[in-house]
Amino acid sequence: MKDQLQALETEALQKVAEATSLKELQDVRVAYLGKKGPITEVLRGMGKLSKEERPVIGELANTVRGNIADAIDGKKETIEAAELEKQLEEETIDVTLPGRPAPTGGPHLLTSIVEEIEDLFIGMGFEVREGPEVETDYYNFEALNLPKGHPARDMQDSFYITEDILMRTHTSPVQARTMNAMEDKRPVKMICPGKVYRRDTDDATHSHQFTQIEGLYVDKNVRMSDLKGVLDRFAKQMFGEDREIRLRPSFFPFTEPSVEMDISCKMCHGDGCSVCKQTGWIEILGAGMVHPRVLEMAGYDPKVYSGFAFGMGPERIAMLKYGVDDIRHFYTNDKRFLKQYHQA
Amino acid sequence: MFVSLNWLKNYVDIDQLSPKDLAEKITKSGIEVEGLERFASESTNVVVGYVESCEQHPDADKLNLCKVNVGDETLQIICGAPNIAQGQKVAVAKPGAVLPGNFKIKKAKLRGVESFGMICSLQELGVEEKFVPKEFASGIFVFPEDTEIGADVTELLNLDDIILELGLTPNRSDALSMLGVAYEVAALLDVPIRLPGTIYQTVEEKTKEHVSVSVEATEQNPYYGAFLLKDVKIGPSPLWMRNYLSAEGIRPINNVVDITNYVLLEYGQPLHAFDFDTFGSNEVVVRMAEQDEKLVTIDEQERTLTNEHLVITNGKEPVALAGVMGGANSEVSDDTTTVLLEAAYFDGQTVRKASKDFDLRSDASTRFEKGVDPARVKQAGERAVQLLQQYAGATVLDGVAETGELDLTEKQVTIWTSVINDRLGTAMSNEDIANILRKLNFNYEQDGETFIVSAPTRRQDIVIFEDMLEEVARIYGYDNLPFTLPSGGSQAGGLTKQQELKRHVKQFMEGAGLSETVTYSLTSKERAVELVSPEVAEEMVSTVSLAMPMSEEHSTLRLSILPEMLSSVAYNLARKQDNIAYYEIGSVFLSKEENVTEQPKETLRLAGALTGEWTTHPWQQEKKAVDFFVAKGILEALFESLNLDVTFTQAKVDGMHPGRTAQLFVSGRSIGFVGQVHPALQKKYDLKETYVFDVDFDYILANHENEPSFTQIPRYPSVTRDIALVVDESIPAGELQATITKAGGELVKSIQVFDVYQGEHLEQGKKSIAFSVFYQNPEQTLTDEEVEASYQAILTAVAEEHQAELRG
Repeated sequence: MKDQLQALETEALQKVAEATSLKELQDVRVAYLGKKGPITEVLRGMGKLSKEERPVIGELANTVRGNIADAIDGKKETIEAAELEKQLEEETIDVTLPGRPAPTGGPHLLTSIVEEIEDLFIGMGFEVREGPEVETDYYNFEALNLPKGHPARDMQDSFYITEDILMRTHTSPVQARTMNAMEDKRPVKMICPGKVYRRDTDDATHSHQFTQIEGLYVDKNVRMSDLKGVLDRFAKQMFGEDREIRLRPSFFPFTEPSVEMDISCKMCHGDGCSVCKQTGWIEILGAGMVHPRVLEMAGYDPKVYSGFAFGMGPERIAMLKYGVDDIRHFYTNDKRFLKQYHQA
Repeated sequence: MFVSLNWLKNYVDIDQLSPKDLAEKITKSGIEVEGLERFASESTNVVVGYVESCEQHPDADKLNLCKVNVGDETLQIICGAPNIAQGQKVAVAKPGAVLPGNFKIKKAKLRGVESFGMICSLQELGVEEKFVPKEFASGIFVFPEDTEIGADVTELLNLDDIILELGLTPNRSDALSMLGVAYEVAALLDVPIRLPGTIYQTVEEKTKEHVSVSVEATEQNPYYGAFLLKDVKIGPSPLWMRNYLSAEGIRPINNVVDITNYVLLEYGQPLHAFDFDTFGSNEVVVRMAEQDEKLVTIDEQERTLTNEHLVITNGKEPVALAGVMGGANSEVSDDTTTVLLEAAYFDGQTVRKASKDFDLRSDASTRFEKGVDPARVKQAGERAVQLLQQYAGATVLDGVAETGELDLTEKQVTIWTSVINDRLGTAMSNEDIANILRKLNFNYEQDGETFIVSAPTRRQDIVIFEDMLEEVARIYGYDNLPFTLPSGGSQAGGLTKQQELKRHVKQFMEGAGLSETVTYSLTSKERAVELVSPEVAEEMVSTVSLAMPMSEEHSTLRLSILPEMLSSVAYNLARKQDNIAYYEIGSVFLSKEENVTEQPKETLRLAGALTGEWTTHPWQQEKKAVDFFVAKGILEALFESLNLDVTFTQAKVDGMHPGRTAQLFVSGRSIGFVGQVHPALQKKYDLKETYVFDVDFDYILANHENEPSFTQIPRYPSVTRDIALVVDESIPAGELQATITKAGGELVKSIQVFDVYQGEHLEQGKKSIAFSVFYQNPEQTLTDEEVEASYQAILTAVAEEHQAELRG
């Protein structure tokens, strides 16, 4: 009986080894370990054995059964792995084929520039304020020290709706509005981006609608050197740490002193080239110390408060930064143009 | 303003800097130098020659054979100029000379006769034709008789002069004169200034015996002075003066006209010379013109005047439009012998009105408009008289016929060193301030750190402390200001909740596949009223139009972003960009008045337009065109991200497809629409099938709950029941869903449509809509009884309200 069991084991292990599919393996399991299988058969004949022999043979039979079962499980894993591998092989795809495009939209270049500038000034403690695009003559001009009859407020240059209402020609009225709205006349530190309108014929460098960002800081003891420091940080963050700024005297009715800010040309680093018209400098924005009349009209005592203001054109900045050659691109909304600035 | 450096050198010594460095210094300190150019390109080896003889070329009618003495030799030169003549002094380019344009002069043979060089016109020497005196415009230039033979022509004609072009800001009209520029440069270089002389001889005869002056319009003409000069000999002005005028862009005419122009540029004070013999009377009367009064100006144009124009008259009729242009009747001509020279102060706004009305902007009118220096009015007249005596042989009558008075007091502005330092962030000493004032040639009284500055009358722009602050700062140099950051209380900058929400929505739209546009706010009158959302149409009374638009295309403020956005879409379609998904957030403008008297209401809208394919994957044969549900799906997802409960209702909106448009409501209030553009409008805009939406963005900003609260994640399993209902095809799914939600009770967590069917196996006019109803009880595991009860309640309700039957 012992020999019989051992022979069965040898035979079964031989068949397990020969099996090549899960089906064959299952057949082996049924054939040897099934209820009608030879091992069960052997165990049935145990009744004839002596008391001493029974546990020995019983144990042997269990061992044989266990060995066969282990072999079958082992083989099963091998076959399954092989079959999975074969199946995966069949599932192979051409990974070089194009994928399904995910939806891709993006911001307009002007918005990107405006948000970049907003974030930059927010980092320096500024708030973002907004104001109406259709303004009163008072806020657009008078509150900014441009009384009636001033040559800079020619009817020809502005889109008037009535004698007293017009499309704002700059974002500066938001200065006056913000200061006026401060009932407790506390410090004001804000920037204001927005659309502005001038009576211009659209061409490569003019647009009847364009964007401006206005900045204003009014507090006690605001110095012109603060303006220089803030603008220098702006220029370096916006255009690169290696850029220098310079201020040049200029004139705006709502600031005194008034300056224009140039940055060193990135092409020639100040040596002079065609981009900067041989000057080494590129004009970026206008700024100055808030005119005492403007402070006064907004209810801030110019003896106590001082401030600076600046204004810049995102279109111009975009044109300089990205080499956009025609301002009309910003308003045509050609998909091919818009897409160029969707990359981060 | 053009500045000839050679001319400027008469007043200040500028040799310490190269022209380029000087220009840089001027730019950095106050006045932008916009151009720096040589008056004429370089030429070499051109000298003055004396035409000893001039005979016709033996073999050519139009050529002359000349013998020209150039000092060290006499050259035989063939010349074709029509005005060449024996006895002239001319510009000779000798063999070996190089003229502008790299034109090399060589010995040549013309029709068999040798020619050693060329006699030059001013144009050939690089002078622009418009600056060439008329008598030399079509021939060679002839020097005055006393010119030295053999002298260098470049030097004589000032050809190597450097011209700076100054871009003047409105406050710096003081630099509209050579003397003004000289004061500026003197301050920047810290050098003294030399003023021109104004000394002349007069005869005993008195001006006032011959002419009287009266001014009726004293406000517009506070001062009028007249000099009288006899025995004037009209002729060319001196060469140096002609050179300077050409360099400044003014064509020389004759000595009288040139001298008034020269003094205009030198002093910034316009003068006018009348021919006193044709003046028409011996009285000058300045008054406002009568309505429709006529004046023929020296450009031969008849001008019809109004009572807003100031005129100089002879007591009977106008002889000049004050400060703008003289009259033809009293113009100085070659026969003039007696000159009445006007030196007056005219009000800027009055002059501006006239120069604008007649489109006559001149060197004179520009200066009056900006305000001339009251102290120089009479000085300039005296300077001109001196030059007229010297260069036109004038006999000057004694005295000036004048009336009125100008305020010549210097404005006093007090400054303090400490306040200047506080405002600029500098650490200047009292000596530094005093030094700057001295450089500026400003008088002042100092007491410690207090300076009482007398602003010279030439600087009308200096009135208040801040004006002086700027003067000090720019002479100190902006480059020398330190870089500081504001020391005031630290304020936390940042975006408001609304500004943040706007950025969220923008990012959402972009993530959903839409690209942002920026379109014009001004559109045409016709487009302004197209695709207006119902709630906007209801609120507005009228559109808002510009009083003087540049074009009809951009004449009216938009009520919707869509019309201009659709124009952009069409622009792309025309360029084979077929798949477009755009959005924009921007203001629209509605007036609540019939006639606008107040600012219109500005409200932000979120608009979008979609056309072409939405998704496409060609090799997998996948393609999905944009349809209503693509547009709606984007909005639904947006509203979900904003936690905003929006109902979509079938609606009719002007310009939209009548069957494919939904109006959006929140708690019964309309907030916009979504749908397909009406095919007729699509055609008008050159569009294909296009879906648009327009949403009240201000409403979203105002009604957004900014902090989401925590809801427990359900711990108990959910149960799903599907219900397929057969209803009349006119019943909207949304209404069925609303009924199901209401009848299902609070265990119903959500409902989803998963099938819509119409056709075979269904009765005509019926449709089947299948819903999945999701049940959940947050407190405990659902029981079959609970679900079944809800399910039955739903069936009863839909049967009652919509005659819906369960699909078998």
